[in-house]
Amino acid sequence: MSARLLPYWRLLVAGVHEQSTYRLAMLGGLVANATFGFLKVAMLFATVRAAGGELRGYDIGSMSAYVWVSQGLLGSVNVAGTSDFADRIKTGDVAVDFSRPISPQGAVVAREVGKAVAALGPRGLPSIAIGALVVGMSMPTTPWPYLLGVVSLVIGVVLSAALVYALATAGFWLIETRGIQVLYMVISGFFTGLFVPISLFPGWLSAIATATPFPSMMMYPIDVLTGRVSLTRSLVLLGIQAAWLVATLVVGALLTRAGRRTLEVQGG
Amino acid sequence: MADPVVPTPDPADRMPPSRLAAYGAVLASRIRSQRSYRANFYTDLGASFLIGFIELAEVWILFHNVHALGGLTFRNILLVFGIADLSFSIAQMFFGHVDRMPTFLRAGTLDVFYLRPQPVLLQVITSEIGLRRLTRALVGLGSLVIGLSLNEIRWTVGNIALLAVTLVSAFLVHSAMLVWAGGVQFFLVSGAEMTNAFVYGGRYAATQVASVWSTPLKVLFGFIFPMAVTAYVPALRLLGLPGPMWLPTWLAWWTPAFAVWMWAFALWSWRQGIRHYQGGGG
Repeated sequence: MSARLLPYWRLLVAGVHEQSTYRLAMLGGLVANATFGFLKVAMLFATVRAAGGELRGYDIGSMSAYVWVSQGLLGSVNVAGTSDFADRIKTGDVAVDFSRPISPQGAVVAREVGKAVAALGPRGLPSIAIGALVVGMSMPTTPWPYLLGVVSLVIGVVLSAALVYALATAGFWLIETRGIQVLYMVISGFFTGLFVPISLFPGWLSAIATATPFPSMMMYPIDVLTGRVSLTRSLVLLGIQAAWLVATLVVGALLTRAGRRTLEVQGG
Repeated sequence: MADPVVPTPDPADRMPPSRLAAYGAVLASRIRSQRSYRANFYTDLGASFLIGFIELAEVWILFHNVHALGGLTFRNILLVFGIADLSFSIAQMFFGHVDRMPTFLRAGTLDVFYLRPQPVLLQVITSEIGLRRLTRALVGLGSLVIGLSLNEIRWTVGNIALLAVTLVSAFLVHSAMLVWAGGVQFFLVSGAEMTNAFVYGGRYAATQVASVWSTPLKVLFGFIFPMAVTAYVPALRLLGLPGPMWLPTWLAWWTPAFAVWMWAFALWSWRQGIRHYQGGGG
């Protein structure tokens, strides 16, 4: 690995270790994910049944797959919009980050991705296991959805870290960003299809949702991984995800550069 | 959390000394501090409104696909959602920060409360007030008013009393949930997300059509954490609809008893937590 990328790789690994330390937190998250999962199952299954067993391409089995994969991804995809970096801007610690010979954006994203990867094991797999064993869900039987699904999942996780980083840079101008963080939480959760899959949205609302980067964080990876969309459609979705990722990284870098100029750290 | 403390004359100096004056002074200072970052305060109010609005939209989307769910139409569910979200948001406004126990524990700020000659729980409750939740309560209120006007409800004295008793009891149940969670968090600290399953999962459950739940969910959110009886069952009673298995509509009149149960559970949990706490060190 080139010497320029090595620090980011080390930060990613550090993120994995950091997240793995909090075992109880993982268990807590899993209990929360499972409880919400069962409540989602109750409402969404009832909706599919009320529609006669088939609703916009979902039957009970594929709806179950949607519920449990989405619950499993909650530990890895940041829909809360919270980040340590926002706190570092507020406290002025970010001045230290700027004095390091690496990009703050790259460092933050690498560490967050590491944490997300570490959460996939203890939070993602048990959630899917609950779905498969307790509720029952239909998953694809060919290898392609899984291979493309992993790629889609990785892009989704990196995109979510990059988006939250870009959001945190608003702190360079606002200082207190709690308000927009909550705003982000509400909108990203809704448009990424956390509680209701986007396919169930009425047309106009689904058009708005798909015009945002949020479905690329969670809805598309779920669609690809569970084989709900065709192979060609999966490749299109991967392309959309990649485009959003590049755009988000560029915007994040520009905001960092502009923010660095306005940054004013008090005290000494 | 790190809101600035605006130095102002202490209202307690001007007031005749009363036992409650100190709590009032703290709350007044919190209200001033929240409003001092203006832009953030208004975004907070907007975001809080949007939370309530989108939660309602998520319910609406399901009913947009099917006419009725578990025996209720969208008009009916507006009533359930209204009662549940209004009482939950008001509970969040007064008690929401009790759920942030891990932050207090890690920062050691809780230790300060132990030094003062007042009950710790009362101090924690009055240490903050979430003004921003006002806008979210408005969504709940709006849904309730629309629900009440769109449905045919016989406005007998009994039904009016039932609605009033339900709203107060539901507020008490949701408040108790937050205190319960605060107590459990003394033990969990970094595992605090576990209580979210019941506090926020509970809110989600309270707005649902409980007839579609599996039996374990009915036991968990019907009785242990009595969510179904705070909104769904009373709404059925007001609408004159029959209750599903396990949740007969005569239970609607028992919401105060469920509130008492939840507060007993909450105070027990809080007491265990307080006894377990060894201090933040330092």
